[in-house]
Amino acid sequence: MSAKAKKKKGPTTTKVQEERKVLEAPLIPVYVMGKRYEVPEGLTLMKAMEYAGYRFIRGCGCRGGTCGACGTVYRKPGDYKLQVALACQKTVEPDMYITQIPFFPANRAQYEFAELISAPEEVFKLYPELFRCVACNACTKACPQKIEVMDAISALKQGNIAEASRLSFECIQCGLCTSRCFGELAQYHMFQLARRIYGARIVSRAEHLAEMVKAVNEGKYDDSLNELKRAKKDKLEKLYQEREEEPVTAGEDWKPRDTTYL
Amino acid sequence: MSYLGYPDFFKPYIKKVEETRPARLEKRRRGEEFPFMSLKERQEMLKYHPDYKEEGRREIKVGPNKGYRIAHEFVDLLEAKSRIDPDEVDLSRVDYETDVLVIGGGGAATIAALVAEESGAQVLMATKLRHGDANTMMAEGGIQAATKREKDSPYYHYLDVMGGGHFKNDPDIVATFVKRAPDALQWLENLGVLFSKFPDGRLESMHGGGTCRKRMHYCADLSGMEIMRVVRDEARNRPNIKVLEFSPAVELILNEHGQCAGALLYNMETEEYLVARAKAVIVATGGAGRLHVQGFMTTNHYGATADGVIIGYRAGVPLSFMHTVQYHPTGVVFPEQIEGWLITERFRAEGADIVNVYGEKFVNEREPRDVESARFIKECLDGKGVPTPTGKVGVWLDSPMLDVLHGEGRVRTAFMGKWKVYDRLGIDISRAPMLVYPTLHYQNGGLTDNAECETVVPGLYVAGEVTGGLHGENRLMGNSLMDIVVFGRIAGKNAAVFAREKAREGKLTLKHVKEYHKELKEAGIKTDRVAPMLLPDYTSPEVKERQLTVSRPGTSR
Repeated sequence: MSAKAKKKKGPTTTKVQEERKVLEAPLIPVYVMGKRYEVPEGLTLMKAMEYAGYRFIRGCGCRGGTCGACGTVYRKPGDYKLQVALACQKTVEPDMYITQIPFFPANRAQYEFAELISAPEEVFKLYPELFRCVACNACTKACPQKIEVMDAISALKQGNIAEASRLSFECIQCGLCTSRCFGELAQYHMFQLARRIYGARIVSRAEHLAEMVKAVNEGKYDDSLNELKRAKKDKLEKLYQEREEEPVTAGEDWKPRDTTYL
Repeated sequence: MSYLGYPDFFKPYIKKVEETRPARLEKRRRGEEFPFMSLKERQEMLKYHPDYKEEGRREIKVGPNKGYRIAHEFVDLLEAKSRIDPDEVDLSRVDYETDVLVIGGGGAATIAALVAEESGAQVLMATKLRHGDANTMMAEGGIQAATKREKDSPYYHYLDVMGGGHFKNDPDIVATFVKRAPDALQWLENLGVLFSKFPDGRLESMHGGGTCRKRMHYCADLSGMEIMRVVRDEARNRPNIKVLEFSPAVELILNEHGQCAGALLYNMETEEYLVARAKAVIVATGGAGRLHVQGFMTTNHYGATADGVIIGYRAGVPLSFMHTVQYHPTGVVFPEQIEGWLITERFRAEGADIVNVYGEKFVNEREPRDVESARFIKECLDGKGVPTPTGKVGVWLDSPMLDVLHGEGRVRTAFMGKWKVYDRLGIDISRAPMLVYPTLHYQNGGLTDNAECETVVPGLYVAGEVTGGLHGENRLMGNSLMDIVVFGRIAGKNAAVFAREKAREGKLTLKHVKEYHKELKEAGIKTDRVAPMLLPDYTSPEVKERQLTVSRPGTSR
């Protein structure tokens, strides 16, 4: 929507505008890719850049810390140390230098998932560079999710797919670990492979799910569903209100009294 | 200084919650629930829901739903011009050629692409941001399917879906949905999605608002992210799926036989418009939270701007259920940095109480989302909300109860995503409650289709949040993630079949856009608005005043 159109939109104060009022906080200097801007204290890096006038095409995604689009490196004055953050999560600090890394050209192996078996060798074969890891721990320090990246890589090297899956479960695949890796590993792609092998080949299958799928395919619920589809609104409302509620505190062994429609 | 990580301002209010907590825990242990409202009481309560505010909406003056009253923010975009002048586009110069074009890059789009490819089609995905940048990635709570035969069945799932949607949902779509849900879940399990399971492989499950059986399955509190990561990974393995990022569709292209035959794409980085020709098209562009309906904050992704609704409507697809928008009851009110963020319903499903400024319960935590939201708004209007130092108001979600009810460490392990976000801000939510208020969450309605994902335009299929019908007037938790799997698969399959068997060669046209422009003119709408808007604009007013040339209609700024 153009700027002009937005202005015409009427007099209502929106929550967004109210938020701006709140942001009449003291201004602090930050350096976006080296260029100085003054932004209100308390803003996230992302909102600070928008405040300064940037409009994102890249480097902005869910704005909630789960998509990995806004990986950012920054440095504070007087400190040689390069730090990392998600722009949508980290709040601005005076005089920080920030640069986004919206894309990183990491190596990803192509594979036929159906042919993979539950062996660590599958990972070794697809990602032989796994063994280039020198255990420097730069990846762990670069993880905005505070994942023990190096430990998860060590687990993979030892063939422990389950442990690597568990440790990497919260990975948002932002690629910051890879950007800092001395051995040039694409850790997050390796973890993705490990988790899929773990989920499909190692973890026990849900037998009750397979049974339900079978029952549905055999048409077991067709009649009762057709009955509901044909039901008038008042009949549906009655059935709805009479539904037996499984108590919140019930255990896995809870069973309903009425089993007609199971 | 601070109390449990909150500014001292909150100390007396948090103390109140702590004071009433032991007695409330005792009730939880005894299985004593706050009574649910009757259907009549729910209807009364909905008067407090933003959907029921008449001044928040107006009639659309053009298109297949002329006269339909929906939110201004939607009408503004529907009563806007195309980004392009149809006469300026050279449709004889085709830039991309494919069997099935999938518009969108989230869960529904990716799943549709996978199944279309399995059905033998060449697939091109065109998406606005990166592949996977979508609301799917942010869905936390879970995914519904009846999987435990000893206590649940598609029959009960059907009743819950209908009751949640005020019995207005499309019965065919709902029946297909509940029937195909278990199979869809197994399909995900086969792809390696890591569901939370017991050691014997049995899926963990729990309640959501409006469910009568514990049918919500989940992957810790990162369900959508886990599903999105896996299906995207699988799509990357398929040589016949090509992905174009940062290239949203800005118009659908039809052919002389009236079939959908592609789309005009816009490379947002080079600002080129490119023609993609296809034998079938799937629109799976997701929702619209970034329109900030009625000024509400949103839980949605940066790209949730109703693009699919706009281009589909221009091509002649009617809208359904667009008069309702879902406000998630529990969005963060404080701290400011995460305002609007979603706090998953699972906290309530597991037994965390909602309490007011006096530390009192006033609602059952598992009412359908619209009723629950309306009830929160009423409580705050009645002066029983908790104020914030920034002039806002909310109610408490008493998360520390879960560590008592389910064992020390429950919040930290079962809600690790949320725990970490708060921890970064200095608040430990296993010790301190969270302050919440309704936040714009989901587009209940959208483009009208049937249980086969077909629209009135032959060759045009739709799936996911962009559609309307499954959820009626209000979606239940866990049915959106299942929606994208069930109907993503159906759309993918049917589009591939259409491409192979029914698509006809024919001249490409944007005639429908010209006609739409004509209709706008005849309706007396004079505007320089263009749509789809593609990205929200959060530039500050001060900066905007100095940006003398960026408001040129159709540019990416």
